[in-house]
Amino acid sequence: MRVGLFIPCYMDALEPEVGVATLELLERLGCTVEYPYDQTCCGQPMTNTGCHQEAIGAEALFTRNFSGFDYIVAPSGSCVHQVRVNMTSIAQTEEVIRVRKNTFELTEFLHDILHVTKFPWARFEHKVGIHYNCNSLRGIGLASPSEIKAPFFSKPKALLEKVAGIEFVEPARWDECCGFGGTFCVFDPAVSVKMGQDKVADHARAGAEYIVSADSSCLLHQRGCATHIGNPIKFMHIAQILNGAAA
Amino acid sequence: MSAPQSQDAASSKLLHPEVLGDHFEGAHDADGRPLVHAEATSRPIREPVQQEPQPRGAKDRGHRPVDPVEAAGRFVTATIHEKAHDERLWDGRLRRDAAAHALPEWEAMRAIASATKEHTLAHLGQYLAQFEAAAEANGVIVHWAEDAAEHNRIVHDILRTHGAKTLIKSKSMLTDECGFRAYMKGVGIEVIETDLGERIQQLDNEEPSHITGPAIHKTRADVAKVFASTLGSDPTADDIHKLATVQRDTTRPYILAAGAGMTGCNFAVAETGTVVVCTNEGNADLSANTPPLHIVSMGIEKLVPTLAHLTVFVRLLARNAIGTPLTQYTSHFRAPRPGTQMHYVIVDNGRSARLGLAEFWTSLKCIRCAACMNTCPVYRRSGGLSYGATYSGPIGVILSPTFDRAKYSALPFVSTLNGSCTNVCPVKINIHEQIFAWRRVMAEEHRIPLAKAELMRTMGYVLAHPTLYRTAIAAADEVLRWLPHFVIENRFNTWSSKGRDTPNAPKQTFHSWWYQNRIKGGKSA
Amino acid sequence: MSSREAILTRVRLNRPRGSFDLPSVPHFALAQPEGLVQTFVRSLKKMGGRSVTVQEIGNPVAWIQKEYAPKVICSAVPQIVGNRDLSQVNRPQELADVDVAVAQALLGVAETGSVVFTEAQLQVNTLAYLAQHLVVVLNAVDIVAGVQDAYRHPAFSSAHYAVFHTGPSATADIEAVLIHGAQGVRSLTVILQE
Repeated sequence: MRVGLFIPCYMDALEPEVGVATLELLERLGCTVEYPYDQTCCGQPMTNTGCHQEAIGAEALFTRNFSGFDYIVAPSGSCVHQVRVNMTSIAQTEEVIRVRKNTFELTEFLHDILHVTKFPWARFEHKVGIHYNCNSLRGIGLASPSEIKAPFFSKPKALLEKVAGIEFVEPARWDECCGFGGTFCVFDPAVSVKMGQDKVADHARAGAEYIVSADSSCLLHQRGCATHIGNPIKFMHIAQILNGAAA
Repeated sequence: MSAPQSQDAASSKLLHPEVLGDHFEGAHDADGRPLVHAEATSRPIREPVQQEPQPRGAKDRGHRPVDPVEAAGRFVTATIHEKAHDERLWDGRLRRDAAAHALPEWEAMRAIASATKEHTLAHLGQYLAQFEAAAEANGVIVHWAEDAAEHNRIVHDILRTHGAKTLIKSKSMLTDECGFRAYMKGVGIEVIETDLGERIQQLDNEEPSHITGPAIHKTRADVAKVFASTLGSDPTADDIHKLATVQRDTTRPYILAAGAGMTGCNFAVAETGTVVVCTNEGNADLSANTPPLHIVSMGIEKLVPTLAHLTVFVRLLARNAIGTPLTQYTSHFRAPRPGTQMHYVIVDNGRSARLGLAEFWTSLKCIRCAACMNTCPVYRRSGGLSYGATYSGPIGVILSPTFDRAKYSALPFVSTLNGSCTNVCPVKINIHEQIFAWRRVMAEEHRIPLAKAELMRTMGYVLAHPTLYRTAIAAADEVLRWLPHFVIENRFNTWSSKGRDTPNAPKQTFHSWWYQNRIKGGKSA
Repeated sequence: MSSREAILTRVRLNRPRGSFDLPSVPHFALAQPEGLVQTFVRSLKKMGGRSVTVQEIGNPVAWIQKEYAPKVICSAVPQIVGNRDLSQVNRPQELADVDVAVAQALLGVAETGSVVFTEAQLQVNTLAYLAQHLVVVLNAVDIVAGVQDAYRHPAFSSAHYAVFHTGPSATADIEAVLIHGAQGVRSLTVILQE
């Protein structure tokens, strides 16, 4: 099984340690992981703004880089959503379709493909609130959203439950958007920040010491909001916890 | 695995408990227990709040693009108004969940409702003709209006023919869309809104801010102020029961004296020629049954084929809108009372054109339940008036540009694309996907700011060239400049200006880590 | 071209292509373990109405007098005689001073706690709206399980006016605080006849 690792551009620039944790985790689980060096971005910054023509170059580059892998795995549901659902600016050749179909977010890869049942090296003795990025939740189905009448499931929670010592707390609005929203966070900053501050306060009130997510774009935004209002709550990407990071 | 427990004990899980008072003020049931109903948490806003002035909506700039962000900023700054608005409408969303999840057939009904509307719209000509024939056979007079102006003229003609000088009406978004009240004022016909929320807004010279609760953005103090200055009531008397009584007592004489009554239409049944109107106040029934002339304003998209299909919509609407199985009144108007007249004004006003838009025609399925507004985290914190359009919230973002692309070019960007709206829509409109598609339309038509378009071109170029990209992000101080704009927007630097701190740039990128540890260091790539 | 022709032409020209079949509507099973009457009573209470039985109240007119101390009672039900003769009413507005209106429901709906009227039961439609209070006579045998069953009644194809009343007039338009007696009746009471 050839696994191609895709690291989002913002993670490349701001949180490489999450990328390292993802890589280490996949290798611990027996994957042969390659990182196509010429990768850049999924194209979402442009398509999110409506500029699909401007995304063609990035989308074509993505396809070239990840052609030939059995699975492409990324520690970011929102990027994977862009690839699987919205990467349509370029011509839809057989290879483009194949690459798009085989791109997975880390959590769903561990849950649905590798069927991981234990993380013996991991321990996290803290109260954790899970944050679901909206593209991950409603776009690629990482969990069942609260609006729909259906039996509840959560892939991130199913994995985190296997980590020794972890304790879950639930905020009042567990799947309300945190206000990051890609272009939104700089287009409508007042509302975006209010949403982020509300989100952080909600988790804190539930008793969370850490907010954990499979998407660090949301966490970056929430961390900025939290530090500004002096809320000491901490943030961690699910890859880091599953890989055995201490607090 | 247990689901998060957000549906139970809704009012105990408040984000902003500091805003809402402790005591329960609303109506009680026959056993004296507080009634759970509608959007009601039925808890008042705390006392000290009263002095915060009501934040007003988006500034009117004629045909120039509406600036929803500026207006939303003012709403967020009015902390009591914003928190109460957010809390109340979220409560509406939770009550919707409780009502919806109590029905095993809920998702099946959504599917049926969606398919019924799509079928009807795809055969709209046939159903409109059937509806008209049935209505005329019932003695109803049917008119057709291509646009807002023609609607207003037709209604004016009907009123003039009957010598009606005063018109009472129940809620109709279509009439708001047509600028009906302003037109009638211009031709000297007095129009009295009978719905409490619409009446408040009419008296305050403001548009409705929410489809089912037009004045939900106002505190009781705001309402007391409006009534005091327009109806002469006591500005300090802000008990809600008393305020509602002021409106009941001052509206009733108009109801009794009106020469004509107008209602909107929730559903129009093709097989019987029936117009169905759902209210909680009974004001549509009063408007239709008291004067000798009843006029119905309806959009062409209101058609449903049969009574059997109507059943599904009626069972979905109130549960989705306010969390009750039905509204207090579900009224079916099919033929005039003996000695009176009934008129239907069937209105296009851009709907037939929208039918031809491949990506957007399904927005015509909308049954005006406002669940998308209640669930939208952006709407709840911005207020409906910040959109500067008749239709606000998620449905407004996809409808309003069809009326004026230039004026509403900013609306598709007032969204985080989180998708909650799509999930609550009873007729399964893919709202957030249409918002995404509208962004593409706006960009293609050059209706996004020049600076943003230039930034996109630059970013698109950099992100398509690996060496250039790696150079750009490797420089520590360059990182914050070349990052995708959705993390930092250099030109406007809005990331940190409004209450959010800037992330620190780390020492190395993942690319350089990989190069050092896996390429240079030993393990092959 | 008339507006009618223009609109119909445009909706035909612009119609979405595809099959878009009309779905059939199944008859859904409603879980009502308490039976029709108890479910109706409970649903009505949740919507702000109340119900009493004929056995409980005894003589309806005397009971109405005690409950409401009304000046004007107007009844559309022959067995309950008020002091305003409905058959003498010429204009709908004349009922504006009615304190208590009495009407018999065509149907009751257990799912929602609704009662159904047409112009046949109301005689003058504003009876159910201009009065301060509404008292509804309902035979238990006329209660159907759900809205889907109510809509099968021929009245919906033949009546000029048909309406579901689900509790009294209400609104939560100000601060989402629920009040009764918005424009219409302040209270709705069902007298249930087994």
